[in-house]
Amino acid sequence: MTFESPHIRVKDLNVHIGGNHILKNINIDIPDKKLTSFIGPSGCGKTTLLKTFNRLLDRNKDVQIDGQVLVDGENIYGKDIEVTSMRQKMGLLSQRPFPLPMSIYDNIAYGPRLHGTIKKKELDILVEHYLTATGLWDEVKDRLNGSAARLSIGQQQRLCLARGLAVEPEIILGDEPTSALDPISTQKIEELFLQLKDKYTLVLVTHILRQARRLSDYIAFLYMGEIIEFGPTEDILLRPKEKLTQEYVKGYIS
Amino acid sequence: MQLRRRIESGFFKTLMILATLIIAGSLLMILYTIASKGMQSLTWDIISKVPEGGYYIGKGGGILNAIIGSLYISIGATVLGLAISIPIVLYVNIYAKRNSWLANITRLTFDVLFGIPSIVYGAFGFTIMVYFGLRASLLAGIITVTLLVIPILARAIDEVIRLAPTELSDATYALGATRWETSLIFLRQAIPGIITAILLSFGRAIGDAATVLFTAGYTDSIPTSLGQPTATLPLAIFFQLSSPIEEVQNRAYAAALILTFIVLIISLSAKYFSKKLSKHKI
Repeated sequence: MTFESPHIRVKDLNVHIGGNHILKNINIDIPDKKLTSFIGPSGCGKTTLLKTFNRLLDRNKDVQIDGQVLVDGENIYGKDIEVTSMRQKMGLLSQRPFPLPMSIYDNIAYGPRLHGTIKKKELDILVEHYLTATGLWDEVKDRLNGSAARLSIGQQQRLCLARGLAVEPEIILGDEPTSALDPISTQKIEELFLQLKDKYTLVLVTHILRQARRLSDYIAFLYMGEIIEFGPTEDILLRPKEKLTQEYVKGYIS
Repeated sequence: MQLRRRIESGFFKTLMILATLIIAGSLLMILYTIASKGMQSLTWDIISKVPEGGYYIGKGGGILNAIIGSLYISIGATVLGLAISIPIVLYVNIYAKRNSWLANITRLTFDVLFGIPSIVYGAFGFTIMVYFGLRASLLAGIITVTLLVIPILARAIDEVIRLAPTELSDATYALGATRWETSLIFLRQAIPGIITAILLSFGRAIGDAATVLFTAGYTDSIPTSLGQPTATLPLAIFFQLSSPIEEVQNRAYAAALILTFIVLIISLSAKYFSKKLSKHKI
């Protein structure tokens, strides 16, 4: 399945880590301002695929990446790419929240400060705006200078989302962002994702089929490093064409 | 079966209690020995005066020269050691690829350096000193002790930075941070560990006699420049304890008491600051 002007286009991507072929001939288009989910059993390569989108695999040794990942038509593995500013385009939400070792306020202000916003007034506005956007403002407005580590884990995850939004990304990558959260926090994150769909391109890795169903516009099913099937949510979950997808969706393989 | 397991469990419990008692007992014995022998000689004069003529045969004065000298050397060496080991640790953890060849070699080097006895550092420092035509001085002492503490600092800081979750760097990189900006976050996260490292290093530096034996010299006055020789507390203990005069021997214990006290103060304040500075640690 292809799109006319996808936000991210992956072409013939192969990833080897330490001699293991983790991703095999990946070709996929991630549509603009939609939510695309990667589903599949543990170890199928869905997180690895997500991490190739903002070059977070680069730091490990023995990683060999071949092929192209085009963001807005530009290959992010190209020679002239500036990794730092490329990464800024993409927010990342990891499995567990990792607030920076500083206050709530400074967590949000960290990104904007890196990129040149230093006036206290402007930062105040940004901090309030993004904390409000993630529904945290009322919960934390009285302790902005308190430590981010003291927040509950669900609040921390929303803080991390707010922190990511504050650098004005175009794409948000979620690597099983609710897997460490309680049901209520999970629901809050999911609601936020649904709101964000209008403004951002979202890519979500999840192993919860119901979550993929609630949130996604498109689903890609990965198995053993290959994309088995990719299409609109309903098609993949209700009318899968491939036998592997059928078995996974019905719960025979996991 | 039940009885065997009960006896087994009881036996090892007794063993653990015994081991704990031996350690706690040794500490108390050490403190008791230096306190009982040193207390009578621990006068204000000892702390506040430099040796007068005939000090080493029991006449007046104190060991302020050694106290100040030791503080100069251990503070100097710790600061210098930090300035060298922090960049190395950041390089190994943030700049080099994970588990890269260079990083592993660097870590192995520190492990080996860590195991080298301090007298070897002393001898090495002495050789370097002779080669450059330096004489025993505060500077030579600081440099040699710095060599001694670098592996201590680097290993301890490396340990805490490695413990920081990798997702923390994923998070900063995803926000568009450079490796240097990421390094600063990791340092912040590692503050309690860095303080512990400083404490370990300072304790080792102030208490080590072998490194300063050939390199720092010994003098009765307080050094006023890096080029002058300086007395140190471990050597003050050593020289006085070798005296046949009982009064002088007791002063050695007083010096030991002062040394222990300084290390104690540093430990407690490090604990305090570590708590204060790590309130944001995740």
